[in-house]
Amino acid sequence: MSRLFMLNLAWRSAWNRRFTLALTVCSIALSAFMLLGVERVRQDLRDNFTSAVSGTDLIVGARTGSIQLLLYSVFHVGAATNNIRWSSVEWLEALRGVEWVVPLSLGDSHRGFPVLGTTQAYFDHMRYGDQQALAVREGQRFDDLYDAVLGAEVADRLGYKIGQRITLAHGTGEISLGADHADKPFTVVGILARTGTPVDRTVHISLEAMEAIHVDWIAGAPLPGMRVGAEEARQMDLRPKSVTAALVGLQSRAAVFSVQRQVNGFSGEPLMSILPGVALDELWDVMGTGEKALLLMSGLVALVSMAGLMSVVLAGLNERRRELAVLRAVGAGVHHVILLLALEGVLLTLAGVTMGVVALVACVIALGPWLQSTFGLSLQLAQPTAVHGLLLAGLLLSGWLASLLPAWRAYRLSLADGLSPRI
Amino acid sequence: MSGPMPDGKLLEIRNLRFAWPGGQDCLRIADLSVEPGETVFLHGPSGCGKSTLLSLMAGVLIPQSGHVALLGTPWDKLPAMRRDRYRVDHVGYIFQQFNLLPYLTAFDNVLLPCRFSGKRRDAAVRRAGSVDAEAAHWLTGMGIGPSNWSRPAHALSVGQQQRVAAARALVGQPGLIIADEPTSALDEDRREAFLDLLLAACAEAASAVVLVSHDSRMAKRFARQVSLPSINQAPREEEHIA
Repeated sequence: MSRLFMLNLAWRSAWNRRFTLALTVCSIALSAFMLLGVERVRQDLRDNFTSAVSGTDLIVGARTGSIQLLLYSVFHVGAATNNIRWSSVEWLEALRGVEWVVPLSLGDSHRGFPVLGTTQAYFDHMRYGDQQALAVREGQRFDDLYDAVLGAEVADRLGYKIGQRITLAHGTGEISLGADHADKPFTVVGILARTGTPVDRTVHISLEAMEAIHVDWIAGAPLPGMRVGAEEARQMDLRPKSVTAALVGLQSRAAVFSVQRQVNGFSGEPLMSILPGVALDELWDVMGTGEKALLLMSGLVALVSMAGLMSVVLAGLNERRRELAVLRAVGAGVHHVILLLALEGVLLTLAGVTMGVVALVACVIALGPWLQSTFGLSLQLAQPTAVHGLLLAGLLLSGWLASLLPAWRAYRLSLADGLSPRI
Repeated sequence: MSGPMPDGKLLEIRNLRFAWPGGQDCLRIADLSVEPGETVFLHGPSGCGKSTLLSLMAGVLIPQSGHVALLGTPWDKLPAMRRDRYRVDHVGYIFQQFNLLPYLTAFDNVLLPCRFSGKRRDAAVRRAGSVDAEAAHWLTGMGIGPSNWSRPAHALSVGQQQRVAAARALVGQPGLIIADEPTSALDEDRREAFLDLLLAACAEAASAVVLVSHDSRMAKRFARQVSLPSINQAPREEEHIA
């Protein structure tokens, strides 16, 4: 009496009732999809956020909330309430223990993508993921005043090549407020390799360029009657007066708290500095409640589909009394009947979970680009986590457990029926 | 296959008393036995306990008291799991109808006892060379041609299904074939043809047959006729008489 034969029998029997069982399989598929999907998004959201700030020891900006500073400096979400003066950046660079400072200047955009004014140090010191440096996919870094370097997503989405002329808009957001910097067009000179971080969605220009496009602006509007041409602007003093924030790298991580203390106590202007990891933890605390609610929902869906599995198998048992009696008549013991029912539960759960996983993979493939461009969230396909394994195992186990009640009932029935079920 | 017992009895029932849970005795039988290879026709009106007696013979039910032994082994001396194995080793069972698993082919249905019983499998191999050859032999013997072997059971006619069920009961030649109203779903011509094939096949397999029916027209085809009401000493349906 081979196990394989019982499996075959369970499969053929279930296939014979496939239309009744299909709904159950679908609901199990849905619960697998939701559980794994929520976990996937949760995990990748964290990975995405964490990988965006690797290698930076401190982020310095004007005094505000630490989550807010993290969000606008690294993820270009929201806006800074205040800038910091250039002299403060120079003071930072001179601070003992500081190895490098990357100034960041934000506030403009190009067709919805944020424009970041920075220095060459950005390309040297910016790290993402597992301490990986930025790589130029095509072309080179900015060199001339009106050069721009695009993130991979910007170039791919807008179909830009090296040499493309672009104009920047004042302010952020997809819709131009009618105020733009059309008088000073930029040339795309480089495109960065994809990183899966906000860098992909950013247009990089030099701090001097940021200054140049704003020489004839004040308080967010062009100065009336004063137009400075693109070539004229080259002759002016383009040293930056202020920046939005600065990323700081230290010679030794051990100095991080001493530098942080000095920055926070800086007498020149109110500054604050944050440790990216600590700020991320605060962010998770805020998001944790929502995540838990989502997980709870998926858990409930799983529970409901298991109850569905149990009731469908249980309800189908009456019409199977004849089948079970036939099996008993050809020598199947009661333990075979129980095994058959338990195998059916496992088969149904397995089919459902497989369907859910396939649907999830299909969804990630189909919706991945949209998620990436709309939320900047890149989902991983290839790296199932330990939690995924646990969730899958949990689903399979509960599917099997849910089939034990029908199996026990089948056992009672076949004992009572003997070989002649009274239907 | 299984050799006859010293006293020559295949099936032996003595002083049997059986009641369904919560009910009064429905069967009391002092003595009933079946010789190896014997054909027994058990008849009586509906509801007189014929099917219950068959379940007792097959060891599916265990009587409250008394002795029911197949090939010298009392059913109540076997633990439940051994009982299932012992049944398939020595008994082929044919129901009134719906004998087959609808999702298996006719051929796979016939092979089922060999899947669950090593004894039946060994006997099949010994007689025909392989279980497949044995299944083919009894299917042919019951008049089911090769064109129907690989059809799913639900695609066969009722008459064909009953004959496939008979082939399944005979495969591996168990000592006892129990048939519970196997012809009640068939019309008269088919009933006779079925009986011809079944009795001839049982004779070839040297299997004893106990066939239950309320239709006494078939009785003359059997070596012995037993009327259940006449051997059952249990008080019958007193509330009806009263």
